Amino acid sequence: MTTRSTASGRVGALRRNEVRAAWGFSLPALLLLTAFLIVPFVLAFVLAFTDQRLIPNPRLPTEFVGLRNFRRILEDPTFQRALLNNFAFAAFVVPIQSTLALAMAMLVNMKIRGSLVFRTIYFSPVVTTMVVVSAIWFLLYNPDEGFINAFLSAISFGTIPVIEWLQDPRTALLAIGILSVWQGVGFQMVIFLAGLQEIPEQLYEAARIDGASRRQSFWHITLPSLRNTTIFVVISTTILAFRLYDQVKIMTQGGPQDATQTVVYQIERVGFSQLRVGYASALTVVFFLIVLAIALLQRRFLREERTVRE
Amino acid sequence: MKRGTRRALLLDYLLMIALAAFFLFPVVIMLVASFKPDDTLIMRHMSSPLAFVPTEVSLGNYLDVFDNVAFGTAMRNSVVIVGSIVSVGLFVNSLIAYGLARFRFRGRAFLVGLVIALIIIPFESIAVPLLLIVNRFGWLDTLYVQVIPFVADAFSIFLFYQFFIQIPSDLEEAAIVDGASRLRIYWSIVLPLSRPIIATVTILLFLRHWGQLLWPVMVARSEEVRPLTVAMQQFFGQQPREWGQIMAFAAMITIPVLIVYLLFNRWFVQSIASSGVKG
Repeated sequence: MTTRSTASGRVGALRRNEVRAAWGFSLPALLLLTAFLIVPFVLAFVLAFTDQRLIPNPRLPTEFVGLRNFRRILEDPTFQRALLNNFAFAAFVVPIQSTLALAMAMLVNMKIRGSLVFRTIYFSPVVTTMVVVSAIWFLLYNPDEGFINAFLSAISFGTIPVIEWLQDPRTALLAIGILSVWQGVGFQMVIFLAGLQEIPEQLYEAARIDGASRRQSFWHITLPSLRNTTIFVVISTTILAFRLYDQVKIMTQGGPQDATQTVVYQIERVGFSQLRVGYASALTVVFFLIVLAIALLQRRFLREERTVRE
Repeated sequence: MKRGTRRALLLDYLLMIALAAFFLFPVVIMLVASFKPDDTLIMRHMSSPLAFVPTEVSLGNYLDVFDNVAFGTAMRNSVVIVGSIVSVGLFVNSLIAYGLARFRFRGRAFLVGLVIALIIIPFESIAVPLLLIVNRFGWLDTLYVQVIPFVADAFSIFLFYQFFIQIPSDLEEAAIVDGASRLRIYWSIVLPLSRPIIATVTILLFLRHWGQLLWPVMVARSEEVRPLTVAMQQFFGQQPREWGQIMAFAAMITIPVLIVYLLFNRWFVQSIASSGVKG
């Protein structure tokens, strides 16, 4: 009797100990996440309905302005252009980057000599900082004495005229898209590579025995097996496209003629340079809702996949 | 048949070499240009194959970068900022992840759900309110304002959590019976087993924060606290552009990271691959 009660007493002490340890272990991270992620996140939704400024004017106290910021967003031509640019940028970058990443992953996944070297090279731009990449490509895009124009002119025997890549509103966003693919595609390649290596080799052997061609096994084995990986790559690349900022900040500052305005660049301009925290918060809320919608799309697609499998 | 496969192999190699050239040429041009002593030479060579030929090798641009952009200070700031985020972050994030993975307590399921939900919030959607907060704290233009908000990271916690629920807990249970404290178990049993996930989180955090521009642009303008990215952005914005120095600066930011990448190439690839399982 006495031994049992002390035993259960010890178990109880252990349990209490465990609960105390659990909260002790979690506390530092929880405090930091609350102060620097949850609070500012909620605050964005509150500030979006005010005319808060970064440096408050004592004679003009911050006021609740209802939906005024959101109504302004709807009429703001710069924001509309920025949003349109983000969609155009995503429409250009996402298909190209995803397809190229898959092709590269299949190339370096072949068991041939040198594939590791090629994989290492293809991934290397990912570890090159975007600020640096933007500076280098700015030089390459130089219209008069730039490498890219010279190269295009050489391979076309002079038929391609001089393109003012970053100074021409028709090509500026495209130019940024190209270097973004260059910098980022190695990342998605590695994701696809991980997906490819999970496909059982027997599937391909069985297909070979049945006389399937390389193309057939790609369409009927590789692509269907990569369904979830592809969804992940497409969605995460889309979200990245909506976060476009660094390249614009370095290379074009939104110009020429707003051709490279983006939502995040606007958020920084309005919130930091113009000190209009309230309006920038409203932009932030819109930006977050777009990202959330894209992410929910992914979850939906993935869930469908699971129900099909069951 | 045999000739067909050989031709296919040749085609694959040609394709891979063309892609390699595409991914290498900007970095080679950067390096070559950084060694050319004057900018007219760089510009003249840029539209010819001489862009790839170090016709003259001079370290002048590199020396000028140290004088003109306070390269040493910016490099030190970047190393201190990213080093602090990674080292303190590894500790704080693995600690909560271990608590969530091993202890049974009320609120556990809620906290796990919360952490996963927080992953979706992109930094851009909290940047402006966070700026307002740190401005009120009087934290602007410091090194710690570039560190403290990034120490706790939901995705790192998630990666650690996933790792911890996979490893067997026999050893830890034996240690509890022996009367070891929880903190001691975490420190001397769990962390040594966690090298792969520590490497993964380190690399992912490093890549994310080494190149960060948006936040330091808003909070770190002065020379004493600005990281490499802001130093580059400001130097690049000065007219007329000193291309030789810009390329030397770019090379000095890039080469150390490239060397680390080449040494630990396998780890880099594995970290990125494991970041893809989320969702």
